[in-house]
Amino acid sequence: MIKLIGVLIVVVGISLNFEILSVVLSAGLVTGLVSGMSISDILIKLGDAFVTNRYMSLFVLTLPIIGLAERYGLKERASELIGNIKAVTAGRVIMIYEFFRLLAAAFGLRLGGHPTFVRPLVYPMAEGALKKDRKRNLLDKEKEIIKAHSAAAENYGNFFGQNVFLAAGGILLIQGVLKEAGYNVELLTMAKYAIPTAFFAILYGFIQFYLMDRKLNNINKESSVEEEKANGTYN
Amino acid sequence: MELTINHVYVLCGIISLVVSYLTFTDENHSNSIGTGVFWGILGIIFVFGGRIPSIFNGILVIIMVLISLSGKVSLSNEYSESSLDFKEKKSKSLKNKIFIPPLIIPTVTFLIAQFTKYDAKVGLGISSIVALITAFIITKEKPKEVGHDARRLFDSISSFAILPQLLAALGALFAAAGVGEVIADLIAGFIPVEMKIWSVIAYTVGMALFTIIMGNAFAAFSVITIGIGVPFVIQMHGANPAIVGVIAMVSGYCGTLLTPMAANFNIVPSALLEMKNENGVITKAQWKVAIPLFITNTILMYVLGF
Repeated sequence: MIKLIGVLIVVVGISLNFEILSVVLSAGLVTGLVSGMSISDILIKLGDAFVTNRYMSLFVLTLPIIGLAERYGLKERASELIGNIKAVTAGRVIMIYEFFRLLAAAFGLRLGGHPTFVRPLVYPMAEGALKKDRKRNLLDKEKEIIKAHSAAAENYGNFFGQNVFLAAGGILLIQGVLKEAGYNVELLTMAKYAIPTAFFAILYGFIQFYLMDRKLNNINKESSVEEEKANGTYN
Repeated sequence: MELTINHVYVLCGIISLVVSYLTFTDENHSNSIGTGVFWGILGIIFVFGGRIPSIFNGILVIIMVLISLSGKVSLSNEYSESSLDFKEKKSKSLKNKIFIPPLIIPTVTFLIAQFTKYDAKVGLGISSIVALITAFIITKEKPKEVGHDARRLFDSISSFAILPQLLAALGALFAAAGVGEVIADLIAGFIPVEMKIWSVIAYTVGMALFTIIMGNAFAAFSVITIGIGVPFVIQMHGANPAIVGVIAMVSGYCGTLLTPMAANFNIVPSALLEMKNENGVITKAQWKVAIPLFITNTILMYVLGF
Protein backbone atom coordinates (compact mmCIF):
# COMPACT_ATOMS: atom_id res chain seq x y z
CA MET A 1 0.00 0.00 0.00
CA ILE A 2 2.91 2.38 0.72
CA LYS A 3 3.57 2.33 -3.03
CA LEU A 4 0.36 4.30 -3.52
CA ILE A 5 1.99 7.32 -1.85
CA GLY A 6 2.79 8.72 -5.31
CA VAL A 7 -0.93 8.71 -6.14
CA LEU A 8 -1.60 10.51 -2.85
CA ILE A 9 1.04 13.15 -3.66
CA VAL A 10 -0.55 13.83 -7.04
CA VAL A 11 -4.06 14.09 -5.57
CA VAL A 12 -3.00 16.37 -2.71
CA GLY A 13 -0.61 18.42 -4.86
CA ILE A 14 -3.17 19.13 -7.55
CA SER A 15 -6.00 19.85 -5.13
CA LEU A 16 -3.78 22.36 -3.31
CA ASN A 17 -2.92 23.88 -6.68
CA PHE A 18 0.86 23.34 -6.44
CA GLU A 19 2.99 23.75 -9.54
CA ILE A 20 2.03 20.66 -11.52
CA LEU A 21 5.42 19.66 -12.98
CA SER A 22 7.04 19.55 -9.53
CA VAL A 23 4.05 17.63 -8.12
CA VAL A 24 4.44 14.99 -10.83
CA LEU A 25 8.23 14.84 -10.39
CA SER A 26 7.96 14.53 -6.58
CA ALA A 27 5.40 11.76 -6.92
CA GLY A 28 7.80 9.89 -9.20
CA LEU A 29 10.84 10.42 -6.95
CA VAL A 30 9.03 9.37 -3.75
CA THR A 31 7.47 6.33 -5.43
CA GLY A 32 10.91 5.25 -6.62
CA LEU A 33 12.46 5.73 -3.17
CA VAL A 34 9.76 3.83 -1.21
CA SER A 35 10.04 0.93 -3.60
CA GLY A 36 13.78 0.66 -2.95
CA MET A 37 15.27 2.28 -6.06
CA SER A 38 18.47 4.31 -5.68
CA ILE A 39 18.63 7.96 -6.74
CA SER A 40 20.66 7.08 -9.81
CA ASP A 41 18.23 4.29 -10.72
CA ILE A 42 15.40 6.80 -10.51
CA LEU A 43 17.27 9.38 -12.62
CA ILE A 44 18.05 6.76 -15.25
CA LYS A 45 14.41 5.61 -15.36
CA LEU A 46 13.22 9.22 -15.52
CA GLY A 47 15.63 10.23 -18.29
CA ASP A 48 14.97 7.06 -20.21
CA ALA A 49 11.18 7.42 -20.15
CA PHE A 50 11.37 11.13 -20.97
CA VAL A 51 13.56 10.47 -24.01
CA THR A 52 11.62 7.49 -25.35
CA ASN A 53 8.39 9.49 -25.04
CA ARG A 54 9.68 12.47 -27.04
CA TYR A 55 7.12 11.64 -29.71
CA MET A 56 4.42 13.08 -27.42
CA SER A 57 5.85 16.52 -28.05
CA LEU A 58 5.85 16.27 -31.84
CA PHE A 59 3.15 18.96 -31.84
CA VAL A 60 5.97 21.54 -31.63
CA LEU A 61 6.42 20.90 -35.37
CA THR A 62 3.06 22.52 -36.07
CA LEU A 63 3.62 25.63 -33.96
CA PRO A 64 5.63 27.66 -36.51
CA ILE A 65 3.00 27.05 -39.20
CA ILE A 66 0.03 27.84 -36.95
CA GLY A 67 1.85 30.89 -35.59
CA LEU A 68 2.57 32.18 -39.09
CA ALA A 69 -1.01 31.55 -40.24
CA GLU A 70 -2.31 33.35 -37.15
CA ARG A 71 -0.14 36.34 -38.01
CA TYR A 72 -1.98 36.44 -41.33
CA GLY A 73 -5.45 36.40 -39.78
CA LEU A 74 -6.28 32.67 -39.51
CA LYS A 75 -8.48 33.10 -36.45
CA GLU A 76 -10.19 36.20 -37.85
CA ARG A 77 -11.05 34.38 -41.06
CA ALA A 78 -12.30 31.32 -39.15
CA SER A 79 -14.48 33.54 -36.98
CA GLU A 80 -15.89 35.23 -40.08
CA LEU A 81 -16.77 31.88 -41.68
CA ILE A 82 -18.51 30.51 -38.58
CA GLY A 83 -20.27 33.84 -38.14
CA ASN A 84 -21.80 33.50 -41.62
CA ILE A 85 -23.72 30.37 -40.70
CA LYS A 86 -27.36 31.31 -40.27
CA ALA A 87 -28.39 29.79 -36.96
CA VAL A 88 -31.91 29.75 -35.65
CA THR A 89 -31.49 28.68 -32.04
CA ALA A 90 -28.85 28.76 -29.32
CA GLY A 91 -28.78 24.96 -29.30
CA ARG A 92 -28.09 24.76 -33.03
CA VAL A 93 -25.23 27.23 -32.83
CA ILE A 94 -23.65 25.04 -30.17
CA MET A 95 -24.36 21.87 -32.19
CA ILE A 96 -22.62 23.32 -35.22
CA TYR A 97 -19.63 24.30 -33.12
CA GLU A 98 -19.40 20.86 -31.52
CA PHE A 99 -19.53 19.24 -34.94
CA PHE A 100 -16.81 21.41 -36.47
CA ARG A 101 -14.69 21.24 -33.33
CA LEU A 102 -14.80 17.45 -33.44
CA LEU A 103 -13.97 17.44 -37.12
CA ALA A 104 -11.03 19.83 -36.62
CA ALA A 105 -9.72 17.69 -33.77
CA ALA A 106 -10.04 14.60 -35.94
CA PHE A 107 -7.83 16.33 -38.51
CA GLY A 108 -5.32 17.23 -35.84
CA LEU A 109 -6.05 20.96 -36.02
CA ARG A 110 -5.54 22.98 -32.89
CA LEU A 111 -8.20 25.50 -33.92
CA GLY A 112 -10.60 25.50 -31.01
CA GLY A 113 -10.31 26.51 -27.43
CA HIS A 114 -12.31 28.16 -24.70
CA PRO A 115 -10.44 31.48 -24.83
CA THR A 116 -10.10 31.66 -28.61
CA PHE A 117 -13.47 30.41 -29.76
CA VAL A 118 -16.03 29.85 -27.02
CA ARG A 119 -15.85 33.16 -25.20
CA PRO A 120 -15.46 35.50 -28.16
CA LEU A 121 -17.57 33.60 -30.67
CA VAL A 122 -19.71 30.60 -29.75
CA TYR A 123 -21.27 31.95 -26.59
CA PRO A 124 -22.06 35.40 -28.07
CA MET A 125 -23.60 33.78 -31.15
CA ALA A 126 -25.71 31.37 -29.09
CA GLU A 127 -26.82 34.17 -26.80
CA GLY A 128 -27.61 36.36 -29.81
CA ALA A 129 -29.75 33.60 -31.33
CA LEU A 130 -31.87 33.37 -28.18
CA LYS A 131 -32.07 37.15 -27.78
CA LYS A 132 -33.28 37.56 -31.35
CA ASP A 133 -36.08 35.10 -30.54
CA ARG A 134 -37.05 36.45 -27.11
CA LYS A 135 -36.80 40.16 -27.92
CA ARG A 136 -35.86 40.93 -24.30
CA ASN A 137 -32.81 40.85 -22.06
CA LEU A 138 -31.89 37.34 -20.97
CA LEU A 139 -32.32 36.08 -17.42
CA ASP A 140 -29.22 35.09 -15.47
CA LYS A 141 -30.29 31.46 -15.36
CA GLU A 142 -30.70 31.43 -19.15
CA LYS A 143 -27.19 32.82 -19.57
CA GLU A 144 -25.71 30.26 -17.16
CA ILE A 145 -27.29 27.41 -19.13
CA ILE A 146 -25.96 28.68 -22.48
CA LYS A 147 -22.49 29.31 -21.04
CA ALA A 148 -22.23 25.81 -19.53
CA HIS A 149 -23.32 24.15 -22.77
CA SER A 150 -21.03 26.28 -24.98
CA ALA A 151 -18.03 25.36 -22.84
CA ALA A 152 -19.07 21.69 -22.79
CA ALA A 153 -19.33 21.55 -26.61
CA GLU A 154 -15.66 22.57 -26.88
CA ASN A 155 -14.66 19.71 -24.57
CA TYR A 156 -16.83 17.09 -26.32
CA GLY A 157 -15.47 18.01 -29.74
CA ASN A 158 -11.88 18.25 -28.58
CA PHE A 159 -11.78 15.09 -26.44
CA PHE A 160 -13.68 12.68 -28.63
CA GLY A 161 -12.42 13.91 -32.00
CA GLN A 162 -8.69 14.03 -31.24
CA ASN A 163 -8.00 10.30 -31.14
CA VAL A 164 -9.25 9.90 -34.69
CA PHE A 165 -6.12 11.84 -35.76
CA LEU A 166 -3.18 9.51 -36.42
CA ALA A 167 -0.57 11.63 -34.64
CA ALA A 168 -2.76 12.49 -31.62
CA GLY A 169 -0.97 12.58 -28.27
CA GLY A 170 -3.55 10.19 -26.79
CA ILE A 171 -3.11 7.34 -29.22
CA LEU A 172 0.65 7.82 -29.31
CA LEU A 173 0.62 7.40 -25.53
CA ILE A 174 -1.49 4.24 -25.84
CA GLN A 175 1.03 2.89 -28.32
CA GLY A 176 3.90 3.72 -25.97
CA VAL A 177 2.34 2.14 -22.89
CA LEU A 178 1.32 -1.03 -24.75
CA LYS A 179 4.79 -1.29 -26.29
CA GLU A 180 6.31 -1.21 -22.80
CA ALA A 181 3.90 -4.04 -21.92
CA GLY A 182 5.06 -6.04 -24.95
CA TYR A 183 2.31 -5.33 -27.49
CA ASN A 184 2.92 -3.64 -30.82
CA VAL A 185 -0.23 -1.85 -31.94
CA GLU A 186 -1.02 0.07 -35.13
CA LEU A 187 -1.90 3.77 -34.92
CA LEU A 188 -4.41 3.28 -37.74
CA THR A 189 -6.35 0.56 -35.86
CA MET A 190 -6.63 2.80 -32.81
CA ALA A 191 -7.70 5.84 -34.85
CA LYS A 192 -10.44 3.74 -36.52
CA TYR A 193 -11.78 2.45 -33.23
CA ALA A 194 -11.95 5.99 -31.86
CA ILE A 195 -14.66 6.71 -34.44
CA PRO A 196 -17.66 4.99 -32.72
CA THR A 197 -17.14 7.02 -29.54
CA ALA A 198 -16.76 10.20 -31.63
CA PHE A 199 -20.11 9.39 -33.25
CA PHE A 200 -21.86 8.88 -29.91
CA ALA A 201 -20.29 12.05 -28.50
CA ILE A 202 -21.89 13.99 -31.36
CA LEU A 203 -25.21 12.17 -30.95
CA TYR A 204 -25.47 12.71 -27.19
CA GLY A 205 -24.21 16.28 -27.55
CA PHE A 206 -26.87 17.05 -30.15
CA ILE A 207 -29.58 15.54 -27.94
CA GLN A 208 -28.33 17.59 -25.01
CA PHE A 209 -28.30 20.84 -27.00
CA TYR A 210 -31.76 20.07 -28.42
CA LEU A 211 -33.04 19.54 -24.88
CA MET A 212 -31.34 22.78 -23.86
CA ASP A 213 -33.46 24.65 -26.42
CA ARG A 214 -36.60 23.02 -24.99
CA LYS A 215 -35.55 23.88 -21.46
CA LEU A 216 -34.99 27.50 -22.51
CA ASN A 217 -38.48 27.50 -24.05
CA ASN A 218 -39.96 26.19 -20.80
CA ILE A 219 -38.15 28.87 -18.83
CA ASN A 220 -39.62 31.40 -21.24
CA LYS A 221 -43.16 30.02 -20.83
CA GLU A 222 -42.83 30.01 -17.05
CA SER A 223 -41.54 33.52 -16.97
CA SER A 224 -44.32 34.77 -19.27
CA VAL A 225 -46.95 32.93 -17.18
CA GLU A 226 -45.51 34.63 -14.13
CA GLU A 227 -45.63 37.90 -15.99
CA GLU A 228 -49.29 37.36 -16.93
CA LYS A 229 -50.11 36.49 -13.32
CA ALA A 230 -48.31 39.61 -12.23
CA ASN A 231 -50.20 41.63 -14.82
CA GLY A 232 -53.45 39.93 -13.76
CA THR A 233 -53.15 41.13 -10.20
CA TYR A 234 -52.66 44.62 -11.48
CA ASN A 235 -55.76 44.42 -13.67
CA MET B 1 18.37 8.30 -47.41
CA GLU B 2 16.09 6.42 -45.05
CA LEU B 3 14.08 8.84 -42.91
CA THR B 4 13.52 7.88 -39.28
CA ILE B 5 11.81 9.31 -36.25
CA ASN B 6 15.24 10.58 -35.14
CA HIS B 7 15.32 13.00 -38.07
CA VAL B 8 11.93 14.30 -36.95
CA TYR B 9 13.25 14.76 -33.41
CA VAL B 10 16.20 16.74 -34.77
CA LEU B 11 13.70 19.00 -36.57
CA CYS B 12 11.76 19.50 -33.31
CA GLY B 13 15.06 20.19 -31.55
CA ILE B 14 16.08 22.82 -34.11
CA ILE B 15 12.75 24.63 -33.64
CA SER B 16 13.18 24.54 -29.85
CA LEU B 17 16.78 25.79 -30.10
CA VAL B 18 15.74 28.67 -32.39
CA VAL B 19 13.04 29.59 -29.86
CA SER B 20 15.64 29.37 -27.08
CA TYR B 21 18.07 31.61 -29.00
CA LEU B 22 15.34 34.20 -29.70
CA THR B 23 14.42 34.16 -25.99
CA PHE B 24 18.03 34.76 -24.89
CA THR B 25 18.33 37.74 -27.24
CA ASP B 26 14.93 39.22 -26.28
CA GLU B 27 15.54 42.45 -24.36
CA ASN B 28 11.85 42.75 -23.43
CA HIS B 29 11.83 39.44 -21.56
CA SER B 30 12.19 39.68 -17.79
CA ASN B 31 13.03 35.95 -17.49
CA SER B 32 14.96 35.53 -20.72
CA ILE B 33 17.66 33.33 -19.08
CA GLY B 34 15.27 30.93 -17.33
CA THR B 35 12.87 30.61 -20.25
CA GLY B 36 15.76 30.41 -22.75
CA VAL B 37 17.48 27.62 -20.78
CA PHE B 38 14.17 25.74 -20.50
CA TRP B 39 13.57 25.69 -24.27
CA GLY B 40 17.28 25.08 -24.85
CA ILE B 41 17.28 21.94 -22.69
CA LEU B 42 14.15 20.71 -24.47
CA GLY B 43 15.97 21.23 -27.78
CA ILE B 44 19.06 19.37 -26.54
CA ILE B 45 16.96 16.42 -25.36
CA PHE B 46 15.20 16.35 -28.74
CA VAL B 47 18.45 16.33 -30.71
CA PHE B 48 20.85 14.40 -28.47
CA GLY B 49 18.55 12.63 -25.98
CA GLY B 50 19.04 9.29 -27.66
CA ARG B 51 22.84 9.54 -27.61
CA ILE B 52 23.65 10.81 -24.11
CA PRO B 53 23.45 8.58 -21.00
CA SER B 54 19.96 8.33 -19.48
CA ILE B 55 21.17 9.66 -16.13
CA PHE B 56 22.11 13.00 -17.74
CA ASN B 57 18.71 13.18 -19.41
CA GLY B 58 17.16 12.60 -15.99
CA ILE B 59 19.21 15.45 -14.50
CA LEU B 60 18.22 17.74 -17.40
CA VAL B 61 14.55 16.94 -16.78
CA ILE B 62 14.93 17.83 -13.10
CA ILE B 63 16.57 21.14 -14.06
CA MET B 64 13.62 21.91 -16.36
CA VAL B 65 11.13 21.17 -13.58
CA LEU B 66 13.09 23.36 -11.13
CA ILE B 67 13.12 26.26 -13.62
CA SER B 68 9.37 25.84 -14.05
CA LEU B 69 8.86 25.64 -10.26
CA SER B 70 10.77 28.91 -9.78
CA GLY B 71 8.33 30.60 -12.18
CA LYS B 72 11.06 31.49 -14.66
CA VAL B 73 9.26 30.04 -17.67
CA SER B 74 7.16 33.03 -18.60
CA LEU B 75 5.90 35.25 -21.36
CA SER B 76 7.91 38.05 -22.89
CA ASN B 77 6.58 41.57 -22.50
CA GLU B 78 6.53 42.00 -26.24
CA TYR B 79 6.34 39.69 -29.23
CA SER B 80 6.74 40.80 -32.80
CA GLU B 81 3.08 40.12 -33.46
CA SER B 82 0.97 41.59 -36.24
CA SER B 83 -1.69 44.17 -35.40
CA LEU B 84 -5.39 43.33 -35.54
CA ASP B 85 -5.63 45.77 -38.43
CA PHE B 86 -2.98 43.85 -40.38
CA LYS B 87 -4.70 40.52 -39.61
CA GLU B 88 -8.07 41.76 -40.83
CA LYS B 89 -6.57 43.24 -43.97
CA LYS B 90 -4.70 40.01 -44.73
CA SER B 91 -7.79 37.97 -43.89
CA LYS B 92 -9.68 39.90 -46.59
CA SER B 93 -6.96 39.55 -49.23
CA LEU B 94 -5.89 35.95 -48.54
CA LYS B 95 -9.46 34.75 -47.88
CA ASN B 96 -9.64 30.98 -47.36
CA LYS B 97 -6.11 30.45 -48.69
CA ILE B 98 -4.92 31.00 -45.11
CA PHE B 99 -6.46 27.64 -44.18
CA ILE B 100 -4.23 25.77 -46.65
CA PRO B 101 -1.02 25.50 -44.57
CA PRO B 102 -2.72 24.26 -41.38
CA LEU B 103 -4.82 21.82 -43.43
CA ILE B 104 -1.75 20.47 -45.23
CA ILE B 105 -0.40 19.10 -41.94
CA PRO B 106 -3.13 16.53 -41.24
CA THR B 107 -3.80 15.76 -44.91
CA VAL B 108 -0.19 15.06 -45.90
CA THR B 109 0.43 13.18 -42.62
CA PHE B 110 -2.53 10.94 -43.36
CA LEU B 111 -1.47 10.35 -46.98
CA ILE B 112 2.09 9.45 -45.97
CA ALA B 113 0.92 7.06 -43.24
CA GLN B 114 -1.58 5.45 -45.59
CA PHE B 115 0.36 5.16 -48.85
CA THR B 116 4.09 5.10 -48.03
CA LYS B 117 6.33 2.94 -45.87
CA TYR B 118 6.63 5.76 -43.32
CA ASP B 119 4.42 6.04 -40.25
CA ALA B 120 2.39 9.01 -39.01
CA LYS B 121 5.26 10.41 -36.93
CA VAL B 122 7.70 10.66 -39.84
CA GLY B 123 4.70 11.81 -41.89
CA LEU B 124 4.12 14.65 -39.46
CA GLY B 125 7.75 15.75 -39.89
CA ILE B 126 7.50 15.77 -43.68
CA SER B 127 4.05 17.40 -43.77
CA SER B 128 5.10 20.20 -41.45
CA ILE B 129 7.99 21.09 -43.78
CA VAL B 130 5.60 21.06 -46.77
CA ALA B 131 3.10 23.18 -44.83
CA LEU B 132 5.76 25.68 -43.79
CA ILE B 133 7.03 26.13 -47.35
CA THR B 134 3.43 26.54 -48.55
CA ALA B 135 2.82 29.11 -45.83
CA PHE B 136 5.86 31.10 -47.01
CA ILE B 137 4.58 31.02 -50.60
CA ILE B 138 1.04 32.09 -49.64
CA THR B 139 1.98 34.83 -47.19
CA LYS B 140 5.25 35.91 -48.88
CA GLU B 141 6.63 36.29 -45.34
CA LYS B 142 10.38 36.32 -44.60
CA PRO B 143 11.60 33.02 -43.08
CA LYS B 144 13.10 34.97 -40.17
CA GLU B 145 9.69 35.98 -38.81
CA VAL B 146 8.46 32.43 -38.38
CA GLY B 147 10.84 31.92 -35.43
CA HIS B 148 9.04 34.69 -33.58
CA ASP B 149 5.67 33.15 -34.40
CA ALA B 150 6.83 29.79 -33.05
CA ARG B 151 8.17 31.45 -29.89
CA ARG B 152 4.85 33.18 -29.19
CA LEU B 153 3.10 29.80 -29.21
CA PHE B 154 5.87 28.01 -27.26
CA ASP B 155 5.61 30.61 -24.51
CA SER B 156 1.82 30.49 -24.38
CA ILE B 157 2.01 26.72 -23.79
CA SER B 158 4.96 27.34 -21.43
CA SER B 159 6.24 24.52 -19.23
CA PHE B 160 3.04 22.52 -19.81
CA ALA B 161 4.76 21.52 -23.06
CA ILE B 162 6.70 18.83 -21.19
CA LEU B 163 3.82 17.67 -18.96
CA PRO B 164 2.80 14.74 -21.18
CA GLN B 165 6.39 13.44 -21.30
CA LEU B 166 6.79 13.92 -17.56
CA LEU B 167 3.53 12.10 -16.85
CA ALA B 168 4.77 9.27 -19.07
CA ALA B 169 7.94 9.18 -16.95
CA LEU B 170 5.78 9.09 -13.81
CA GLY B 171 3.90 6.19 -15.34
CA ALA B 172 7.21 4.40 -15.97
CA LEU B 173 8.27 4.93 -12.34
CA PHE B 174 4.85 3.77 -11.10
CA ALA B 175 5.21 0.72 -13.32
CA ALA B 176 8.74 -0.03 -12.06
CA ALA B 177 7.57 0.34 -8.47
CA GLY B 178 4.55 -1.88 -9.08
CA VAL B 179 1.84 0.69 -8.34
CA GLY B 180 -0.38 -0.79 -11.04
CA GLU B 181 -0.22 -4.20 -9.32
CA VAL B 182 -1.34 -2.72 -6.01
CA ILE B 183 -4.30 -0.97 -7.64
CA ALA B 184 -5.06 -4.01 -9.76
CA ASP B 185 -5.05 -6.20 -6.64
CA LEU B 186 -7.41 -3.80 -4.93
CA ILE B 187 -9.83 -3.77 -7.85
CA ALA B 188 -9.46 -7.48 -8.59
CA GLY B 189 -10.29 -8.10 -4.93
CA PHE B 190 -13.62 -6.33 -5.35
CA ILE B 191 -14.60 -7.23 -8.93
CA PRO B 192 -14.91 -10.80 -10.26
CA VAL B 193 -12.53 -10.15 -13.19
CA GLU B 194 -12.54 -13.78 -14.29
CA MET B 195 -15.81 -12.93 -16.03
CA LYS B 196 -15.16 -11.08 -19.29
CA ILE B 197 -17.86 -8.43 -18.78
CA TRP B 198 -16.56 -7.63 -15.28
CA SER B 199 -12.97 -7.34 -16.51
CA VAL B 200 -14.20 -4.76 -19.06
CA ILE B 201 -16.12 -2.89 -16.37
CA ALA B 202 -13.08 -2.94 -14.08
CA TYR B 203 -10.95 -1.41 -16.89
CA THR B 204 -13.37 1.39 -17.88
CA VAL B 205 -14.43 2.20 -14.31
CA GLY B 206 -10.77 2.17 -13.26
CA MET B 207 -9.91 4.60 -16.08
CA ALA B 208 -12.78 6.98 -15.26
CA LEU B 209 -12.23 6.90 -11.48
CA PHE B 210 -8.46 7.30 -11.68
CA THR B 211 -8.89 10.15 -14.19
CA ILE B 212 -11.29 11.88 -11.80
CA ILE B 213 -8.63 11.57 -9.07
CA MET B 214 -5.66 12.58 -11.22
CA GLY B 215 -7.52 15.07 -13.42
CA ASN B 216 -5.69 13.61 -16.39
CA ALA B 217 -6.60 10.57 -18.47
CA PHE B 218 -3.02 10.24 -19.79
CA ALA B 219 -1.69 9.72 -16.26
CA ALA B 220 -4.45 7.23 -15.50
CA PHE B 221 -3.89 5.30 -18.71
CA SER B 222 -0.49 3.79 -18.00
CA VAL B 223 -1.37 2.84 -14.41
CA ILE B 224 -4.78 1.32 -15.12
CA THR B 225 -3.67 -0.36 -18.35
CA ILE B 226 -0.66 -2.01 -16.73
CA GLY B 227 -2.68 -2.84 -13.61
CA ILE B 228 -6.02 -3.96 -15.05
CA GLY B 229 -6.14 -3.75 -18.84
CA VAL B 230 -3.14 -5.92 -19.64
CA PRO B 231 -3.45 -8.70 -17.02
CA PHE B 232 -7.25 -9.12 -17.04
CA VAL B 233 -8.75 -7.78 -20.27
CA ILE B 234 -5.91 -8.53 -22.69
CA GLN B 235 -4.11 -11.55 -21.18
CA MET B 236 -6.91 -13.33 -19.31
CA HIS B 237 -9.67 -12.76 -21.87
CA GLY B 238 -7.68 -12.25 -25.07
CA ALA B 239 -8.84 -8.77 -26.09
CA ASN B 240 -7.29 -6.83 -28.97
CA PRO B 241 -4.86 -4.42 -27.23
CA ALA B 242 -5.24 -1.58 -29.78
CA ILE B 243 -9.05 -1.57 -29.63
CA VAL B 244 -9.50 -1.85 -25.87
CA GLY B 245 -6.63 0.62 -25.38
CA VAL B 246 -8.27 3.42 -27.33
CA ILE B 247 -11.73 2.78 -25.82
CA ALA B 248 -10.19 2.77 -22.33
CA MET B 249 -8.64 6.15 -23.11
CA VAL B 250 -11.96 7.72 -24.13
CA SER B 251 -13.57 6.18 -21.02
CA GLY B 252 -10.96 8.15 -19.12
CA TYR B 253 -11.97 11.29 -21.04
CA CYS B 254 -15.52 10.80 -19.67
CA GLY B 255 -13.89 11.08 -16.23
CA THR B 256 -12.16 14.30 -17.37
CA LEU B 257 -15.61 15.78 -18.10
CA LEU B 258 -16.60 15.12 -14.47
CA THR B 259 -13.64 16.39 -12.48
CA PRO B 260 -12.66 19.85 -11.22
CA MET B 261 -9.11 18.42 -11.14
CA ALA B 262 -9.05 18.95 -14.92
CA ALA B 263 -9.06 22.66 -14.23
CA ASN B 264 -7.96 23.82 -17.67
CA PHE B 265 -10.99 22.12 -19.26
CA ASN B 266 -13.66 22.67 -16.63
CA ILE B 267 -12.81 25.45 -14.19
CA VAL B 268 -10.87 27.99 -16.26
CA PRO B 269 -13.64 28.09 -18.92
CA SER B 270 -16.34 28.86 -16.34
CA ALA B 271 -14.13 31.69 -15.08
CA LEU B 272 -13.54 32.89 -18.63
CA LEU B 273 -17.27 32.95 -19.29
CA GLU B 274 -17.88 34.69 -15.96
CA MET B 275 -20.23 32.02 -14.71
CA LYS B 276 -21.71 32.32 -11.23
CA ASN B 277 -21.01 28.68 -10.38
CA GLU B 278 -17.38 27.71 -10.97
CA ASN B 279 -18.36 24.05 -11.38
CA GLY B 280 -21.28 25.00 -13.64
CA VAL B 281 -19.75 23.50 -16.79
CA ILE B 282 -19.74 20.10 -15.05
CA THR B 283 -22.96 20.36 -13.04
CA LYS B 284 -25.19 22.12 -15.61
CA ALA B 285 -24.02 20.32 -18.73
CA GLN B 286 -21.16 17.82 -18.90
CA TRP B 287 -22.28 15.11 -16.47
CA LYS B 288 -25.40 14.51 -18.54
CA VAL B 289 -23.28 13.47 -21.53
CA ALA B 290 -20.32 12.01 -19.63
CA ILE B 291 -22.33 9.29 -17.88
CA PRO B 292 -24.26 7.91 -20.89
CA LEU B 293 -21.11 8.17 -23.02
CA PHE B 294 -19.16 6.25 -20.37
CA ILE B 295 -21.75 3.46 -20.35
CA THR B 296 -21.68 3.43 -24.17
CA ASN B 297 -17.88 3.10 -24.12
CA THR B 298 -18.06 0.17 -21.73
CA ILE B 299 -20.52 -1.57 -24.06
CA LEU B 300 -18.37 -0.71 -27.12
CA MET B 301 -15.30 -2.25 -25.48
CA TYR B 302 -17.22 -5.43 -24.70
CA VAL B 303 -18.72 -5.69 -28.19
CA LEU B 304 -15.78 -4.58 -30.35
CA GLY B 305 -12.74 -5.47 -28.26
CA PHE B 306 -12.70 -9.27 -28.48
